[in-house]
Amino acid sequence: MDAPVTTETLTLVEAGRRAALQEMRRDPRVWVLGEDVARGGLFGQYRGFLDAFGPDRVVSTPISESTIMGAGLGAALVGTRPIIEMRIFDFVMCAMDELVNQIAKIRYMFGGQAKPAVVVRMPHGIWRNSAAQHSQTLESWFAHLPGVVVAAPSTPADTAGLLVAAIRSDDPVLFFDPKNLFGVTGPVPAEIDPLPFGRAREVRNGNDLTLVAWSAILPDCETACDALAAEGIGVDLIDLRTLWPWDEEAVAASVARTGRLLVVHEAVQAGGFGAEVVARTIERLGPASVKAARRLGAPRVPVPFSPPLEEVVKVTAPKIVAAAKATLGAPAAPR
Amino acid sequence: MADTAPTGHNTRRWLDLYRTMVRIRAFEETALAAHAAGQMPGPLHVSIGQEAVAAGVCLNLRADDRITSNHRGHGHAIAKGAGIAGMMEELFGRAGGHCGGKGGSMHIADFSVGMLGANGVVAGGIPIAVGAAQGLRLLGSDAIVACFFGDGAINRGPFLEGLNWAALYRLPVLFVCEDNGVAAFTRAGEVTAGAGAVARAEAIGVPAESVDGNDAAAVDAAAGRLVASVRRGDGPHLLHLRTFRLLGHTSTDKAAWRPEQEVAEARTRDPIARLRARLIEAGAADATLDAIAAEARAEMAAARDAALAAAWPDPATAWTDVLDTPAPEAA
Ligand SMILES: Cc1ncc(C[n+]2csc(CCOP(=O)(O)OP(=O)(O)O)c2C)c(N)n1
Repeated sequence: MDAPVTTETLTLVEAGRRAALQEMRRDPRVWVLGEDVARGGLFGQYRGFLDAFGPDRVVSTPISESTIMGAGLGAALVGTRPIIEMRIFDFVMCAMDELVNQIAKIRYMFGGQAKPAVVVRMPHGIWRNSAAQHSQTLESWFAHLPGVVVAAPSTPADTAGLLVAAIRSDDPVLFFDPKNLFGVTGPVPAEIDPLPFGRAREVRNGNDLTLVAWSAILPDCETACDALAAEGIGVDLIDLRTLWPWDEEAVAASVARTGRLLVVHEAVQAGGFGAEVVARTIERLGPASVKAARRLGAPRVPVPFSPPLEEVVKVTAPKIVAAAKATLGAPAAPR
Repeated sequence: MADTAPTGHNTRRWLDLYRTMVRIRAFEETALAAHAAGQMPGPLHVSIGQEAVAAGVCLNLRADDRITSNHRGHGHAIAKGAGIAGMMEELFGRAGGHCGGKGGSMHIADFSVGMLGANGVVAGGIPIAVGAAQGLRLLGSDAIVACFFGDGAINRGPFLEGLNWAALYRLPVLFVCEDNGVAAFTRAGEVTAGAGAVARAEAIGVPAESVDGNDAAAVDAAAGRLVASVRRGDGPHLLHLRTFRLLGHTSTDKAAWRPEQEVAEARTRDPIARLRARLIEAGAADATLDAIAAEARAEMAAARDAALAAAWPDPATAWTDVLDTPAPEAA
């Protein structure tokens, strides 16, 4: 056995801060750029960084999303390793050319002459009734995009480990911080090791149903698992942690055992990444081995502001319980 | 701008400029002919008539300086020193191209000479250039970045963002606005309010100057001054170079909407002919200049023949250069 590691209980946002701090101390080529990062960032992700690293490595930028993204890329092309902070995911729409046409393509188009080693941090999802332009979860768009890694952790430890891996990776990593979970606490090792991409986390074990999820919806899934357990239903809950690559093995192995798959995401159900998880799992196992497969996501409407309206479109624990029961009660072998 | 008085030093520089310009011209004429013969796939944007811009600016750059370019980037690449064999093979989609055949004309890059890439998106190179400059400074380098873009690019947001950004952080960037008067099939002036690139740059606090971009010696002289200033740490500058796109937007566009007379008149200001006249006046021999041009044509013809005979990419390479991180395991 390894020597016992010191761990601390940290919030998720602090876990990310520690990871970035550790890596900026380790590697002088790592720096961060984005709006207000020298003031600590919108969520305090970079608190104290200016004092620790100075204004050349902690660069508060103009509100110029195209150039935040594109300058990060340019700086990577000459050998630095930028953390590109987008403040709120939705603003990445102002930098789509730089992300989709440039960052994701440049290594391939140029035949491997350059690796754009950037991390793009994008706090996403529903948070404090922020309405339609500050609440989106569009991670499936980026899982669809060749040339990027997509990370979407849900715990402090995973945030820390994946962020360290992202910063050390030569691949461009799109890092979806779950902003609604920034305050959630959990153990984080004092020395943060990189967590490999594409390895899911077993959250709960059970034999009746495989429940697959990622990012901010995980706590609701756990609440749903508790409710189902009280009724004697055992759920295998899997947190994918990264969507590209994603742990097809772990999901297939679980579904091979339970025969039933439910994928839950905060994002809109139609065209969501849940469809890919369902399709790949059935392709791998064959339709005869899967008794039921369903998805639960949001309806295809923008996220409304008013709390009772937001509640209508949000995926919640009771909705997950209902979807789980529907999956369990579904007729065998859909063909 | 008045011609610089001919001296031995100038003549040598002008011969360098002349060689680069005729090599660019020969490269593009060779590529155009191959394209017309159906030997070259994809679209081709040539810079025939604009060679003084690339040659004059890049003659003032060091090997470790970087450039970013646009869709009309063959000249910028050649002037920065990109290998011709790799460029030609890339245009023909061959394995030995700088990008292994994955980029083509619109995505020529040669990082070994600091050419950080042509770009298929108008203004796409501007944020990359300012970021490269910021990165170089962070690494302690005194290399600078020259950022080439057309007059059409100044109406895209990244132009405004990039100039503001470079000025704010006093980054070592030379913005080069290659103003050929047109953006695809539209005169840039018809879709640009105000006085254009120089006025916009000055409004942001980026010193700018406008030079006859068909006068290679004038471009060289201006670029020399501005590059020195940028390298000294004076912050970014913008060099606005007025030129003329003699051919169509792409290899298949005849630009038939332009009055013939306008083009004929522009041909009298061909930058290569003008530099040649100046060299002759300074004492260069016709035979010397003819030999340089013939050598360039022979170089490009040989590169074309080699590229045509070169291997296509191994189909397996379609899967490489995507990510280090492995894809999920196939079933
Ligand atoms: C963002 C974007 N919009 C439109 C195009 C299509 N397009 C390619 S080149 C071009 C004209 C560009 O004009 P300019 O920047 O002046 O360069 P020039 O072609 O004159 O060299 C256009 C509209 C593009 N490539 N990118």
